[in-house]
Amino acid sequence: MSNHREKLRINDLHAFYGESHILHGIDMTVMQGELVTLLGRNGSGRSTTLRAIMNMVGRRTGSIVINGNETIDMASHRIAHLGLGYCPEERGIFSSLNVEENLMLPPAVRSDGMSVEEIYEIFPNLYERRYSQGTRLSGGEQQMLAMARILRTGANILLLDEITEGLAPVIVKKLAEVLLMLKERGLTILLVEQNFRFAAPIADRHYVMEHGHIVEEVLADELEAKAEMLNTYLGV
Amino acid sequence: MATFLGINLFGLFGQLLVGLINGSFYALLSLGLAIIFGLLKIINFAQGAMYMLGAFAAWLALQYLGINYWAALIVVPLAVGAIGILMERYLLRPIANEDHLYSLLLTFGVALILQGLFTHMFGSSGMPYNIPEELKGGSRLPFMYLPNYRAWIIIASLVVCVSTWYMIEKTKLGAYLRAGTENPQLMQAFGINVPLIVTLTFGFGVGLAGFAGVMAAPVYSVSPEMGSNMLIVVFAIVVIGGMGSIGGAILTGLGMGVVEGLTKYFYPEASTTIIFLVMVIVLLTKPAGLFGKEA
Repeated sequence: MSNHREKLRINDLHAFYGESHILHGIDMTVMQGELVTLLGRNGSGRSTTLRAIMNMVGRRTGSIVINGNETIDMASHRIAHLGLGYCPEERGIFSSLNVEENLMLPPAVRSDGMSVEEIYEIFPNLYERRYSQGTRLSGGEQQMLAMARILRTGANILLLDEITEGLAPVIVKKLAEVLLMLKERGLTILLVEQNFRFAAPIADRHYVMEHGHIVEEVLADELEAKAEMLNTYLGV
Repeated sequence: MATFLGINLFGLFGQLLVGLINGSFYALLSLGLAIIFGLLKIINFAQGAMYMLGAFAAWLALQYLGINYWAALIVVPLAVGAIGILMERYLLRPIANEDHLYSLLLTFGVALILQGLFTHMFGSSGMPYNIPEELKGGSRLPFMYLPNYRAWIIIASLVVCVSTWYMIEKTKLGAYLRAGTENPQLMQAFGINVPLIVTLTFGFGVGLAGFAGVMAAPVYSVSPEMGSNMLIVVFAIVVIGGMGSIGGAILTGLGMGVVEGLTKYFYPEASTTIIFLVMVIVLLTKPAGLFGKEA
């Protein structure tokens, strides 16, 4: 029996798309209430790590334990019900659904999700535009919708892929506030992020990925000391 | 004889009625095809065979089990839908990850096998199926005589089509279906059992063809070829309407039935080709179809 504070434990995870071998033995753990980021260049395997956790890759081997449950042989649609909420890089807003239908679409995976009222309070834009077609929203509003709909499900482990990509600074700031609020509520967050300045002040730990490997683990208070090493890996 | 600007109104309205009847069947069949194509991306060539199966099931049920028309209208679509579910689960799913051409060929094969089987067992001459007692007779309207059963076909298929449209466009279940059509992988990651929805959708789409088959039994003769004759026209209609749209499939089905009926009155020689002519024009001017979304 693993420590129940340990929400996610990945051991020797390999992932494949067809013939391409993308992840080469990932090991990581995320504890309850932690906000952990995956840093790295494009193509280093960060998004694939999130997709592999959701079983959205062609094939995967190794071990992924979520809340004490081994999920490596679990069907994709069962994994969400362990309390996971996934927000894909392309946001995945459905164009054939309006905003409210998008919001209500994912089934509840735990009982204590946010109420719709609460969500509209945090994201008032979504309330104003609730009958608009999902993809008519601005990029920032779509991102808020993509976040809001997994908060409604009660998911307490969030996998967020590049949520700040291409968004205006004011919206990025709003998203940082939301993440800190979620962290305060005890949610566990694994964040793939390109925007290091967004991630650095809110994260507890960082994993640095390169060529499908985790090459470095950096704690929040080591950031300054390891800044040069990070620069080499991230090429910023 | 009532005429208006030299047009024989009895003849015209008569053909319009025939057009609406045919259109009702076109709408039911193309609706089923559109639903299946939307979620599974499979062009179901067996849809005509399932329609034939529905008509035969109604005939067999009456002949051997004493199940009357009204009961058949409920039981047969369910039975045909169940066959569809088995077909999806055991024939289509194993090749779901292959090129869609394989599943198209598979459904085509199933259609040929079913048609051959029924020709072998019942011959190709066709079986009569009586109009149910309650719907015999008709009413005299200003320019036409409207048989009750024909009115029933139009009303019943409209009700089924509109309810299906409502279910898909306006309900939570329909939202699952629409979202699953767009991004099945993400739906699955949200915790929705997409393979189950796919199976049930295929069953439902095929069940619609079964329903159309029961409706058709009393007006067309029940024969093994009834499905394949119908299917070619229905495919043309699906192309005209565009694959993406549920409402489009219904409107185009009815509309093309009427166009066909009008052609039968004004220029009968062209009545069997008019739909294909429209198809060519639509393909040249609006390749995605009248209601389809441009890719």
